Amino acid sequence: MTHYGCSLLGCGVIDERHFDMDDYQGAIARWCPGCGDHSILTAVQRLLEEEQLKPEETVLVSGIGCSSRFPHYVKTYGFHGLHGRALPVAIGIKLERPELHVFVTMGDGDCCSIGAGHWIHATRYNADMVAMLLDNNMYGLTKGQTSPTTPLRFPSNTQPHGSYLRPLNPLTATLGVTNASFVAQTAEWIPQHLFETLKAAYHHKGFAFIRILQRCPVYTSKIYEDAVRSPDLIEMLIHDDGIHIPDLDQIYKNQVIHDPSNLNEAYRLAQDSDRMRIGIFYRNEGLPRYEEVRRLPARTAEERVKLLNEELDRYAV
Amino acid sequence: MATKTRAASKKKRRGKAAEKEGPEVIRVPETTVEIVSDSGEGAQKCGQIFGAVCAKMGNGAWTVEIIPAEIQPPARSKAGGSGNRIRFGTEEVTNWGDATNLVVAFNEQVLLGRIELGALAEDAIVLLENQWATHPDEDIRKEWEEGLKELSKHDYRIIEVPMEEECLKIVDDTRRGKNMFALGMLAWIYDRDQELIRGQIAHQFRKKGEDIYQRNVELMEAGYAWAQKNLDFRIEVPTVPSDVPKVVMNGNEAVGMGVIAAGMELCSMYPITPATSASHYLGDVFERFGGVVHQAEDEIAAVGVAIGASYSGKVACTITSGPGLSLKQEFLGLAVMLEVPLVVVDVQRGGPSTGLPTKAEQSDLLTACFGQHGDAPHVVMAAATIDECFHSMITARRIAEAFKTVVIVLTDANLATGVQPFVRPQVDARWQQAPIGLAPVPEDKPPYDWDPRTGLAQRRVPGQPGGMYTATGLAHNEWSKVAYDPDSHQRGCQMRSRKMAVLQSTLKPPEIRGDDSGDLLVVGWGSTRGAIEEAVDRARAEGLSVSSCHITFLSPLPPGLKQMFSRFDRVMTVEINYSDEPDDPYVTEENRRRAQLCRLLREATLVDVDCWSRVPGQPLRPGKILKAIKQRLEMGVQV
Repeated sequence: MTHYGCSLLGCGVIDERHFDMDDYQGAIARWCPGCGDHSILTAVQRLLEEEQLKPEETVLVSGIGCSSRFPHYVKTYGFHGLHGRALPVAIGIKLERPELHVFVTMGDGDCCSIGAGHWIHATRYNADMVAMLLDNNMYGLTKGQTSPTTPLRFPSNTQPHGSYLRPLNPLTATLGVTNASFVAQTAEWIPQHLFETLKAAYHHKGFAFIRILQRCPVYTSKIYEDAVRSPDLIEMLIHDDGIHIPDLDQIYKNQVIHDPSNLNEAYRLAQDSDRMRIGIFYRNEGLPRYEEVRRLPARTAEERVKLLNEELDRYAV
Repeated sequence: MATKTRAASKKKRRGKAAEKEGPEVIRVPETTVEIVSDSGEGAQKCGQIFGAVCAKMGNGAWTVEIIPAEIQPPARSKAGGSGNRIRFGTEEVTNWGDATNLVVAFNEQVLLGRIELGALAEDAIVLLENQWATHPDEDIRKEWEEGLKELSKHDYRIIEVPMEEECLKIVDDTRRGKNMFALGMLAWIYDRDQELIRGQIAHQFRKKGEDIYQRNVELMEAGYAWAQKNLDFRIEVPTVPSDVPKVVMNGNEAVGMGVIAAGMELCSMYPITPATSASHYLGDVFERFGGVVHQAEDEIAAVGVAIGASYSGKVACTITSGPGLSLKQEFLGLAVMLEVPLVVVDVQRGGPSTGLPTKAEQSDLLTACFGQHGDAPHVVMAAATIDECFHSMITARRIAEAFKTVVIVLTDANLATGVQPFVRPQVDARWQQAPIGLAPVPEDKPPYDWDPRTGLAQRRVPGQPGGMYTATGLAHNEWSKVAYDPDSHQRGCQMRSRKMAVLQSTLKPPEIRGDDSGDLLVVGWGSTRGAIEEAVDRARAEGLSVSSCHITFLSPLPPGLKQMFSRFDRVMTVEINYSDEPDDPYVTEENRRRAQLCRLLREATLVDVDCWSRVPGQPLRPGKILKAIKQRLEMGVQV
């Protein structure tokens, strides 16, 4: 992909570039062997390739944590910022440059703890972006501290006798926010489902929130172990308007037909349960998107100068 | 400048004081008026209109709001006074002055509150609403009697005015109207142009309906007529109409207009006193310019959104006050690290903690300079006048983009709510230029192609083909690759720091007001400029060897300071932040906590700079500064 036309420069030449997976390859990922993030990285790169997103028009934004190293490993524009603060940055980008494709990666500490306020409000702004919560139920980069999604009584370095509180449910939390427009859950060890979920999120017009259940081989290897080994513990939400991968029917036999437009049902299914439910819980494209609500006609420098002089007239002595 | 409104007649008079043979006219070069009421009675609006009319007539003027911290404090309480203080004169007025010469008060309690703050001149004229004398509530009648007794201890000339009674002839609810009656009285006393007043009333009220406008005019005229019939004096402050076109606004409006003039596209903010009114102004007009005011969910998100916008190539700012600045610090360090341009306005208030939310202070200087963890070199500058509130936005954007860093502009509550006429800015279309295009970038060019001598590098934004990179807050090399090795971090810090030295080399030494050498140099920054210069002028008029200089760039400091200071026996900063007095208990030369600019100057020049600073929750008065100057001169040579 060394040659690109200059359609971007406005000279009318059609951009004939084709991008391969390699074109989206950034630095070599330095996550631990067996970390679920590798699989998510591959799925995202596959999506970029399938959708032929121009690397220069794609921005990956992250916070701080293992999962937030993500942008370094993808050859697009990236913003690796502050712990918990990926979403405000992403909103600033989308608000001012709505033509850019924005993907956000956050960990469970990032999104559900230090950045929880931004998560609620980003859901309400409903700016068009894909927000991935890479949920390994633990602080990994800082070496094993309890996170808001750590299961009850699961030990960590900060709560060695087990965590004291029931875990926060990111799905019901998001569904409860006004303007929530896309809420899904998937698991990184089911690559086809992960990919289809990402794809649906990318095509959703609005804030697409995906909780990706993610294994951490070092600190929480046990948490998802049973679900990985026993597909019976997983329940797939399927629907013509949701995700249905016939290839997986033989493995994941627990299936429930769920219409993603049904918010009440979505909320019921998202409640804590013995079963790990994956699929699209809720989708509504009819909700206002912040960058659209705030869109304004562009003004030339001359127009702004003229208007400013009129404004100064109002204050003239 | 003289501060007395009148030389004559100190005898106290009560009640209607009218004789028909025409009023005594007292002519003064400048004077200070205030109007004070319970919150919600409209004294502020009255003061704003009066100040604007003075400016339009060609007087120099400086208006300060009198604001209680609560929206609806209890009625008739000393701490609940709300209003406006207008100092105006024949020549330019650069500060709020020392004391009020005439006050209109809607009840005796708010007046006593002002007196406790030392706001009134000892010979002030007081126009006082007198309905309380016959109020049905016995407690109120008692308060009134006691209040008058208290007032009689002073040398004021008190004129009781039946404002309530007169206004009831026109409106049922005097809370909506007494202010215009007061405006009318002031209009007669100071011979203000009634046509201009009607124009200002229209500006304030016409959008609320023609009948409301008419009623306000009627009330104003009633006040005018009452004063004409009942008062035996008028005060003349000669006006000098000027050919230079001027505008009149407060500092937050000037900041807002500066944001527009600087070509900004986004103002991302969270409500905080006293900064918010800048966003109120922008919220009203910015969309017409294609600009967005984003009210974020918190202070941190506000700066995050601005940084996201700037990272993606737009021109963005965030406006806040002290507590908000504290919350934003982590993000400011990130912007410095990423070399993303950003303009931050801090409208300072009293601190620490919630402090004095509505009152002026200059105590955010050090946190503005050093509040980020790690080494985060960036620019801090301060506006000294309302004019500078406007122009500093344009300068700040230019520096932020040229040096790819954060520029913090400090103003304060005094500038934010102060109203002053200034020369109308000549708007330049070049200020509106987009910062960067989306031209392709050669793939072998690193995102931080630092010039090793200057640390400067070209900006790069999403959309530029070939330029993909990940901006990171981790230590990084020129390719923006995470780099933990000792050389890379040393080099990154060096490149970011070098930019500050380059900027400093382009700055001019500050100008000295007065002689280039002498016994004392007074150094100030920010909104104290007018008061310091007035104090220094008075001192010089008394034959004292005093000069002053005012510093706009606080970080980096301008060149030439050490040499400048060396020509004075003493150097002293005057600031509105806390410092120990040299003779305070336990305080020694070594442990004395000095004022904030003083600390910066001592570090930069190794000169034994002294300071005089106060935190009264209000602007400094020139008279008090003059006293401090004299006191320091008496202390003798220290350097």
